[in-house]
Parts: sequence; structure tokens; C-alpha cells
Amino acid sequence: MMSLVWKLLRQHISIAQLAGFFFANLFGMFIVLLGLQFYSDVKPLFSQEDGFLKPEYLIVSKRISGMSMLGAGESCGFSEKEVADISSQSFCKSVGVFTASQYRVVCSMGVSGVAQFGTEMFFESVPDKFIDSDLSNWSFSSEDGTIPIILPRTYLAIYNFGFAQSQSLPKISEGIVGMIDMLVVLRGNGQEQRLKGKVIGFSSRLNTILVPESFIQWSNAKFAPEADLTPNRLIVEVKNPTDDAIVKYINDHNLELENDKLDAGKATYFLRLVTVLVICVGMLISILSFYILMLSIYLLVQKNTEKLRNLLLIGYSPVRVSLPYQLLTVGMNGLVLALSIIILYIVRSYYMNMLWVMFPQMQDGSLCPSLLLGVGLFLTVSLINIIAVRNRVMKIWNRKE
Amino acid sequence: MNSIELHNILPYVFEGRDVQSEIWLQDVVFQKGETYLVEASSGTGKSSLCSYIIGYRKDYLGNICFDGNDIRQHKVSDWINIRKHSLSLLFQELRLFPELTAMENIDIKNGLTNHKSRKEIETWFERLGIADKMNAKVGRMSFGQQQRVAMIRALVQPFDFLMADEPISHLDDENGAIMASIMMEEVKRQGAGVIITSIGKHMQLPYAKTFRL
Repeated sequence: MMSLVWKLLRQHISIAQLAGFFFANLFGMFIVLLGLQFYSDVKPLFSQEDGFLKPEYLIVSKRISGMSMLGAGESCGFSEKEVADISSQSFCKSVGVFTASQYRVVCSMGVSGVAQFGTEMFFESVPDKFIDSDLSNWSFSSEDGTIPIILPRTYLAIYNFGFAQSQSLPKISEGIVGMIDMLVVLRGNGQEQRLKGKVIGFSSRLNTILVPESFIQWSNAKFAPEADLTPNRLIVEVKNPTDDAIVKYINDHNLELENDKLDAGKATYFLRLVTVLVICVGMLISILSFYILMLSIYLLVQKNTEKLRNLLLIGYSPVRVSLPYQLLTVGMNGLVLALSIIILYIVRSYYMNMLWVMFPQMQDGSLCPSLLLGVGLFLTVSLINIIAVRNRVMKIWNRKE
Repeated sequence: MNSIELHNILPYVFEGRDVQSEIWLQDVVFQKGETYLVEASSGTGKSSLCSYIIGYRKDYLGNICFDGNDIRQHKVSDWINIRKHSLSLLFQELRLFPELTAMENIDIKNGLTNHKSRKEIETWFERLGIADKMNAKVGRMSFGQQQRVAMIRALVQPFDFLMADEPISHLDDENGAIMASIMMEEVKRQGAGVIITSIGKHMQLPYAKTFRL
């Protein structure tokens, strides 16, 4: 008998209108979900400890002029007084100094013990709290003899996207770099020592070859006991990177920012803005499509008013005659939800692969936030549809149509 | 439901007019088990009366009570119950669904209560001479044929009262008599009351009372 009621009430259903709603809503829902999903996938890159856009850290050095190159100008290093002055500034949360190795370092690398190439290099250290990598293996003891090393993430990117790509060499992941054996030879103060090196992580924040502070102190004391340890670079944690006072201080004191993190702050803001904008556009499309559906249903009820009224007069309840239209709308909404989640899943796996190539440290987020939002939207819209259809039918009951 | 009582009712539109009627502005009681005729001229509010009693319209003064209960107080669920189980109306305008076949029109009503078997319904179709139209779309049938379908639909439910608004206006005397006998058989089976309205031609039945509207 329900099929007879449906046979009656499906009269005047406009496939074109419903299809219009369906695709508009699918599009809107998909954009909303994609916006949220993309945001929640990318957000960790902004906020996690080694976030590539984390703006609170500035690396400061003195501007190198022609005079200072000739040794006639001011010193390139920061005196204790200067460091204290920066610490006392209102924008400054804390200051860490870079300590460089003051002896010769030769490093050779190889896989499985076969040396491939060697180079002279240097080490630097900063206090641990400024390091944006996993620090679980970040300790050195002279007995153990293995030096944990953190490389700038840009090195890997230069190799993977610049060198390897053009030379058809395989790209290497962070994990593989950690498996490379490094032999480090330290020379100075008439001594020489061979140690093993191991890359334990990568840093986006610190553009230097980092070793633990304890190692630098030990090795400088052993191989260069008389060296001048004046730091050349500082890492400054600031409260608000967009603070004008920072720029003024930097200019007044003839300093230089190594990588302009101030721009990164703007980029974060911009990315958030774009995400919000995308979600708003999606919402707008969804609302408009919802409006189409409501109009379509209203029109349908209007055109079938006489049938609905007759059904009510021969003993059908408003609940029962509302049901077909309610099922129709809820079914459409459900289909839209299911399809947009499927499309989202496909699109997400596509962009996640791209993101993983660019940011291998990225963690795999979950679909949960967008699923929840999708289901929430579905429930809200369906509920409004159900109530609206019911109200229309009650208008017929009360002879207001 | 044992009685339908009209207490001083009058359509709003008649307000202020000098109304001479045995229904309007009177106290009238229709009892279950009795047969009544309401005779009327055009424009005296015959169909309005039916609309008031079925709960479709409320634009009247006075009170209508079922078993002493004012029907203005009835809730939606009360009306649905009454329309399904207590009160059946054969509308003057029939209110059939032209998109459905004659049988589907009956099924859509019978399905609410499953009061009649397919066999009984088919017998009625045969007796009314429209057995061949059972699977024809109602929209393609003549008004007289539609009237017979509407009568069958009015009978496929349990009821205490049956109201028929000009049931035989488009039927010849022979078919009118067949319809009357089918109707009265079902009315007797259910022990129901009948209210027939007419503006001229009416079923020949043993009316307990005739009202001039």
C-alpha cells in the first residue's frame, strides 16, 4: 500500500531539479569536507614541534660588511653583554647561542662499512630546547663514541629534488639517511680521534649540522682548549613574530635574520585564511543546494496538494503522507554524504602522497574530523528537511494551502 | 461513535442572513443505526455540512459533537482514527485519484484497515457493472462510473456513520438502486447510521427522518 501512496506522490517529481540539487550538494559537501580534511591534515605541519612554518624562532647573526671581512670592523660574534641585551627585550622569550666546533672535522660516509666519500666539515650545537627533532637518541658519551647528528631538512630536499631527480638517482628517505655509516675524525690540539656518526633526525628550523651541546663542550675542551667560544649566531624564541619591535631592534643593531621566519608567519596566516575561505565557499554552495532541495520539495508538495489532502481526508495520517518525501530527501542527503566521503577519500590519498614526498615527517591524520562534520551536516540538513516536509503537510491539513 | 449532534451550527458565510432551515441554527441529532436524508437546494451549504462533520472545515458557528464531545477539540490523531474507523464520507466531488486505476483507488483505502477482501470488492465491481473498469485509470472513466468507484471506496472501511453527498447524481435509476442496496447491506452489517444528501434525485430508502436544509 505504501507503494500506492508513493505511486501517487511521486507525480510531478522533477528529476532535473533533484539532479540539480544532488550535484550542487555533492559539490558543496565535498568542498566543505575537503577543506576541513586538508586543514586537519596540514595543520600539524604548522603546529608540531618541527613545523616548517612555526614562526616563533628567529635565527640572528650580525650583518657581514666589507669592513668586518677585513677584520677591521666590529666582531662577528655576540658578546655576553649583547646576548643579555637581546634577552632583556620585551619581544624575547629566550635566547640560545650556537656553539661551533673549533677544531678540524673530517667526515667520510659509506654504506655497510665501505667508504664512499669524505669531506671536511664542522659542527654546531644549540641548547636542546631549541631543537625541533625527536631527541630520544640525542645524547653523547665519550665512552660510547657515536655522535648523534641532526641535518637541515633542506639538505635532503636539495638532494632529492635537485640532484637525484636530474641524475635519475633514487630519492632517499630520512630513514635511509639514518642507516648511513659516518666515520668522523676529529683533529686538534695535537690529538686525533675517530668516532662514529649517525644522523638521527632532520631539522627545519636550524640550518646547520647539529650535534649535542655536551659533545661540543667535550670536544672543544679536548681538541681546542684555548679557542674563543664567542657565538656567531643566536636563536631567539619570540612571543609574537609579527611584533614591529623585532624588526626595529634588528635594524638598529645591524643584525640579520637568517631565514625570514616573519614571512612564514604570514604564510601560516594566509594558509588558514585560504582554508577558511574554501570551507565558506563549500558551505555557501551547500546552503544554496539545500535551498534548491527545499524549493523543489515545496513545489512538489504544492503540485501534489490535492492528492495529499485527499489522502488525509480518507484517513491517512500526516506522518504517513509525509514519509515518502522525507525518505526521498534523507535518501538523497545520505547518498550525497556517502559519495562525497568516497570522493574525499580518493582525493585525499592523492594529495597525501604528494604531501608525504614534500614533508616526509608528516603523520597520517585520520578522516574522523571530516566524517564527523559530514555526518553532522547530514543529520542537521535531514532533520530540517523532515520538519519542513511535515510542516508543509500540516499546512494542508489545516487548510492553509 | 453512537451519535452526531449539531448544536446551532451555521456557516460563517450565512451569518446575518434570514436562514430558514431544519439543520442550520437547530439542535439536530443523528443516531447510529438510523437513516437520514438531507434535502437541499443549491447553495444552501450541503457540502459545507459534510466538510464540517468530516473535520475538513471549521468555518461555522455553534458546535458539532460526536457522542457529546466537541469536534473542535479533536486532535489530528483523533481525526485519523475517526476517518479510519468511525466515519466514512462519499464526497460529492468524489476525491478519487485519477492517476490510479479503479482497483488501486480502492486498495489505497482498504489497505488502511484491510476491512474487505479482494473477493468482496470484486463482487461489488461486478454488481455495479464496472468489473471491466477495475484496472482502468479513474481519470479515463465517466463521472457516473467514478461515482460507483467512490461508493465502493466509502464502503471498504469500518464505520458507525456513512455520509453520502449526492451519491447518485450521475446514475440512472437502475444503477442507483443497485448502489443503494449494496450500501444498505453494508450499513446493516455494520449497524451504522446513514446520512444522505440530495438536491433532487435521491435514493429510495426507508428514511427515519428527512431534513430540509
